[in-house]
Amino acid sequence: MLEIKDIEKLAKLARIELTVEEKEKLLKEVEPILGYVAQLKEVSSMVEGMPKAGEHRNIMRDDINPNVATLNTEVLVEDMPESQDNYLKVKKIL
Amino acid sequence: MIDLKNLTIKKVHESLINGEYTALDLSSAYLEEIKNKDKDIHAYLEVYSDVMEQAKKADEIIKSGKATILTGIPIAVKDNILIKGKIASSASKILENYKTTYDATVIEKLKKESVVFIGRTNMDEFAMGGSTENSAYGVTKNPLDLERVPGGSSGGSAAAVAGNMALVALGSDTGGSIRQPASFCGLVGLKPTYGAVSRYGVMAMASSFDQIGPIAKNVEDAEIIFNAIKGFDKNDSTSLKDSEFKIEKEQIKIGFIKDLDTDSNIVDLKNKLEKKGYIIELVELPNLKYALATYYTLVPAEVSSNMARYDGMRFGKRVSGKDGIEDYFLSRQTGLGREVRRRIILGTYVLSAGYYDAYYNKANIVRNLIREDYKKAFEKVDVIITPTTPGPAFKIGEKIDDPLQLYLEDIFTVPINLAGVPAISIPYGTKKIGDKELPLGIQLIANYGDEEILFTFGKYLEER
Repeated sequence: MLEIKDIEKLAKLARIELTVEEKEKLLKEVEPILGYVAQLKEVSSMVEGMPKAGEHRNIMRDDINPNVATLNTEVLVEDMPESQDNYLKVKKIL
Repeated sequence: MIDLKNLTIKKVHESLINGEYTALDLSSAYLEEIKNKDKDIHAYLEVYSDVMEQAKKADEIIKSGKATILTGIPIAVKDNILIKGKIASSASKILENYKTTYDATVIEKLKKESVVFIGRTNMDEFAMGGSTENSAYGVTKNPLDLERVPGGSSGGSAAAVAGNMALVALGSDTGGSIRQPASFCGLVGLKPTYGAVSRYGVMAMASSFDQIGPIAKNVEDAEIIFNAIKGFDKNDSTSLKDSEFKIEKEQIKIGFIKDLDTDSNIVDLKNKLEKKGYIIELVELPNLKYALATYYTLVPAEVSSNMARYDGMRFGKRVSGKDGIEDYFLSRQTGLGREVRRRIILGTYVLSAGYYDAYYNKANIVRNLIREDYKKAFEKVDVIITPTTPGPAFKIGEKIDDPLQLYLEDIFTVPINLAGVPAISIPYGTKKIGDKELPLGIQLIANYGDEEILFTFGKYLEER
């Protein structure tokens, strides 16, 4: 059984602030979905091979610097919420 | 003047080459239609201010004799596909005024043919949803019945084409988001083989599921767009080399899935095909019953990873808190909608320590079993037919309060994305509800790389 504190822990991991109301709503909605997907337990895990998430292929490029300096700086800085002298500006974290 | 209802890409191309009308005339006609209808339908989030300019350029190319089949064709683009310099928001508040910095590969390819991009279409936020009711910018209505949803998540794209506000549209499909809206709006929608079309420049939802594809009025138009946008792209490490596409077959064998062949529309089609002398076989896909559970474990997991970049830091909307870390929490709370947050929370759960093995790893094992089921089935048949959806377009507001209910609507489309095989939805049959005749769709599924079979057989079904 999921509890509010589980939702809080997940929200913290996902870096999402939630109001009390939002937490309660999520708890009500997420529980039946998790209950539904739990039916996968029925499937035997005695299956050959490792679980894959799509075809595995090694895609390599040459070990050189593919970026042209300053080519995209202007458009990227334009999208920054706060910037200064072409640097991204953020608040102190620590 | 120009009869927008009965246009096809080929017809338009002929008319442009013959000088019957210009690309400017054509785009103007669509803009006029949008002015008259879109306030009621709300297919578009933005009609681009440079449509005329694009059309004029196309006209110059046509005059110079260098036109390709797509030159001057008006195309609507889903809001999660990047066109350089334009706003793309994935129908989310967190990207409200986000100006893109590069072209998606599919856009680059279409630009080379001088298409005309009409505007960006409404969608469920970050492509999460089956009705376009999860857009942060309002719902889109089904042009065939304004009280009903156009489907989702590419609802705006489908509504634009169905409402004659674009000739074709681009959508994205992770669990049915091209095929289901196509089905609800009486259109053709193709989800290509995973890897056939580059995902570079398309905002990722679930990276091992997503594909870009066309929504069109007929199979040939979908085929023309697919041929223009497909191909290997070094910027997408999951894209396939062209040689991996197979060739057309002589006499195709048709498969229906055991226990999923009782829908009256499907029975009707099966009888017609049997009468025509087609070889029909019943195939079994024993793990298909776990498809939805597998999908709704893996997709939220991939979503939770892909959504991590939307944090208000380097781009998008930042909400200010008391310190740096609170900025993250508040930006994501405010900028991301309810369905997005729901899936992020689900994904975080199935990937968290102690649950990873039971949920995520298990789901990957089952996904492989489903892949094997399809591989075995395609040893016996060349195309599999199912309904696209359990029913026609539902009413706006009907399913939005119960997320699980909405998820269960995806039962026919979701297994295709798990396997990565191509599938196309073709309008077939209708259902009468009240005084409305609503379109239904049937889904044709082929083996990896066999889009040719979908187009050939799809065209045959269109003519019947």
